[in-house]
Amino acid sequence: MEIVVNMQGITKEFPGVIANDKVDFDLRQGEIHALLGENGAGKSTLMSVLFGLFHPDEGSISIRGEEVRINSPRDATKLGIGMVHQHFKLVHNFTVAQNIILGEEDTKNGLLTMEKSIDKIRKLSELYKLKVDPYAKIEDISVGQQQRVEILKMLYREADILILDEPTAVLTPQEIDELIKILKSLAQEGKSIILITHKLKEIKMAADRCTVLRLGKKIGTVNVKKTTNEELAEMMVGREISFTIDKKKAEAGEVVLKVERLCVHSDRSKRDVVKEMGFEVRKGEILCIAGIEGNGQTELVEALTGLRPISGGSVVLNGKDITHASIRERSLAGMAHVPEDRQRHGLVLDYPLEYNLILQQYFAPPFQKKGFLQFAPIRSYAEKLIDAFDIRTGKGAIALARNMSGGNQQKAIIAREMSRHTDLLIAVQPTRGLDVGAIEYIHDLLVSQRDEGKAVLLISLDLYEVMSLSDRIVVIYEGENVGEFDPASVTERELGLYMSGSKRREAS
Amino acid sequence: MKDLWTKTLERIGRSPTRIEATSSVMAIVCGLLFGLALMLIVNPLEAFPGFFTVITGPFQEGLRSLGNMFYFGVPIILTGLSVAFAFKTGLFNIGATGQLTMGALTAVYIGVNWGFLGPFHWVVAVLGAMLAGALWGAIPGLLKAFRNVHEVVTSIMLNYVAMYFNTMIIMNFLYDFQASRTAHPLPSARLPVLFLQNIFPGSRINIGIFIAVFFVAITHILLKKTTFGYELKATGFSRDASRYAGMNEKRNIVLAMVIAGAISGVAGAMMYLIPGRHLPYETILITEGFTGIAIALLGLSAPIGVMLAGLFYGALHQGGTYLQLYDFRPEIIDIIIAVIIYFSALSLFLQKIVKTFIDKRTKASMGLSEEVETR
Repeated sequence: MEIVVNMQGITKEFPGVIANDKVDFDLRQGEIHALLGENGAGKSTLMSVLFGLFHPDEGSISIRGEEVRINSPRDATKLGIGMVHQHFKLVHNFTVAQNIILGEEDTKNGLLTMEKSIDKIRKLSELYKLKVDPYAKIEDISVGQQQRVEILKMLYREADILILDEPTAVLTPQEIDELIKILKSLAQEGKSIILITHKLKEIKMAADRCTVLRLGKKIGTVNVKKTTNEELAEMMVGREISFTIDKKKAEAGEVVLKVERLCVHSDRSKRDVVKEMGFEVRKGEILCIAGIEGNGQTELVEALTGLRPISGGSVVLNGKDITHASIRERSLAGMAHVPEDRQRHGLVLDYPLEYNLILQQYFAPPFQKKGFLQFAPIRSYAEKLIDAFDIRTGKGAIALARNMSGGNQQKAIIAREMSRHTDLLIAVQPTRGLDVGAIEYIHDLLVSQRDEGKAVLLISLDLYEVMSLSDRIVVIYEGENVGEFDPASVTERELGLYMSGSKRREAS
Repeated sequence: MKDLWTKTLERIGRSPTRIEATSSVMAIVCGLLFGLALMLIVNPLEAFPGFFTVITGPFQEGLRSLGNMFYFGVPIILTGLSVAFAFKTGLFNIGATGQLTMGALTAVYIGVNWGFLGPFHWVVAVLGAMLAGALWGAIPGLLKAFRNVHEVVTSIMLNYVAMYFNTMIIMNFLYDFQASRTAHPLPSARLPVLFLQNIFPGSRINIGIFIAVFFVAITHILLKKTTFGYELKATGFSRDASRYAGMNEKRNIVLAMVIAGAISGVAGAMMYLIPGRHLPYETILITEGFTGIAIALLGLSAPIGVMLAGLFYGALHQGGTYLQLYDFRPEIIDIIIAVIIYFSALSLFLQKIVKTFIDKRTKASMGLSEEVETR
């Protein structure tokens, strides 16, 4: 088989880090080649080098046997390389067709001629079974369809080397199956595909070969069929990883959080985004709210934590009605919150770590005395947490939160929230964007919180996480509770049907 | 020598604050060089001696000129502090001028009319100015916190409201028709000179410098050491995160503007509770408020930095008073300061230059030593 991409000895150094250290990578015509590695392993850097976003310090790139210099994404496009970024780059109030032709418009006498383009889009979407309506607006179609638009965009530009960065992160299980089918048919048509991911299951399902990176170095390229998940994970992390979360059966105690007929109104969309939602979380259990992104989870959590007003229903924490309590009152009444957006809400990025670790406690002794901050207790508390939760920074307690890695930022938030001795912990996507090692660690922590008798409310988009962590599952669809499940007696597939709104049952 | 140079560069490079400070110094140097160039164009023969006089202004007449440096610096330190304080809490207080005007007007009003206060007269006048500035600052604060109206827009507009209000009140209540100007505060309302007259004989220095230092110390401690400062800065850095943490971010925004306004109000009192200066009754904006923005930038929005930058301004201003001796207009000083403002507004750009320069130099020397080691 012809080798279409051959990267030799790619080295890319950023101040303080070697993101790629003499990495070799080759892509064969018609294969799906997975690029696996933890966050910070250098996958994105390597692909950015290929796509012309970064210049390698050393090394060479050959495309179809010819050595090339790729200075910009424009060069890459000319060479037939296309990339779908993790966050789609689509204009929301444009139609599908307008987005696809953006930058490659057909014109006649300086005026747009859409017919020809739409024709071409139709042909492409039939050929590769990428069903989308070219006249639909992006904001009206689902995330899965938006991804198809991104793929069509590459195909429209006649790309035959396709790079997909974490394409499954936003999809439901059904959509993931769809996508993998599409990728396979693209490969059969002779397209060569690079799949950046850290989900082993998808690699097993889709890829032919897999190259593993760790800390900027290439660990190896393996044939996926002949390698087990465990072997891949070990290559990726450098140690053995257990896929099953060790946990005892939950011993649920009294009710800590009781939510009844909760409604949350959104001023922006002028409707209720959470509708008559009800559930309970008990001591010593993990209740998981599962759902596809954008089905009211964010608003639900904001309402529970006081960031957003509640328009109907009630929230009771430890027997105390907190429906209209302030954020501080809720926090003092025993609520801890690991927020969805760790950089926006979770941390004051320009504060040092030690200040961030007392964000809800700075006013209480021993951190405060007569209105003055007490620096010695603040420092020792920070050092205690840094030790206990293995938060790694260059400068210890005085490192700015902004300069910490995503995983360590998250660890800092989790350390703070778990050390506050509250009865309820609300964790929203606590492992999003983290690598396997950190995910394993955070999962263990959540279970240990449960075992210590805390009530844990977990909001997650990751079905694997939902299935393996929770003691009960509530599925949310368009702001409603569409069913409550026991993870032992439900399959991911079944949950997927509820999450996508194809099935529902009344809450028990 | 070269070793010392690289070592210094390395030390600067290690701390972002030092890089920022270096860029402030660069802004000043650029401004001064521009001033020199301008003087060379206007009057080449006298340019160098004139320039030398400007930069040695505070020492031209010994302690007298040094005292005047403090005198000129006081209102600028205060307005700079006002802007810097708001800035630390994420607000851009462009309304220092309006707050200063309201403070000055209140101080003069009390100074002219409330002679019955006796020895407390000046104290009450200063406190009145502080209160007026605080109230004037509260308006954009409230609008920002509760209606999310941008404080730049509201405080600029309030500058003009203050300006016209000032003229109206003066013409109706405070106009001295014999002298055709604003009435002068009674002697009991003048800022005390204390023992400073003995140290800096003949200068215009007064208690103002102590008041300015007092405010610098208070804001420094407030921002660095107290839980209140912790909250204010958290709100300034990230309104979302401070809300998440349960802070009352609306209250913090209002309080920050109230404090900033109060400091500007005091600056107004410092400017006009002295003999020989009259609050202008014309509809003109008092420029000290805007200069405060530049001083805050130069001082990196840190109280101590603002004090240093304000004293530098005082020194330049004092130097400017001698320029007429060399057949220059003292306005050259204002131009130099304007250019420094320009360069300090480019501070991010300058910081980048400083950073890349240092990186290059230190890396070059480090790279060399590494090579030696590997051999």
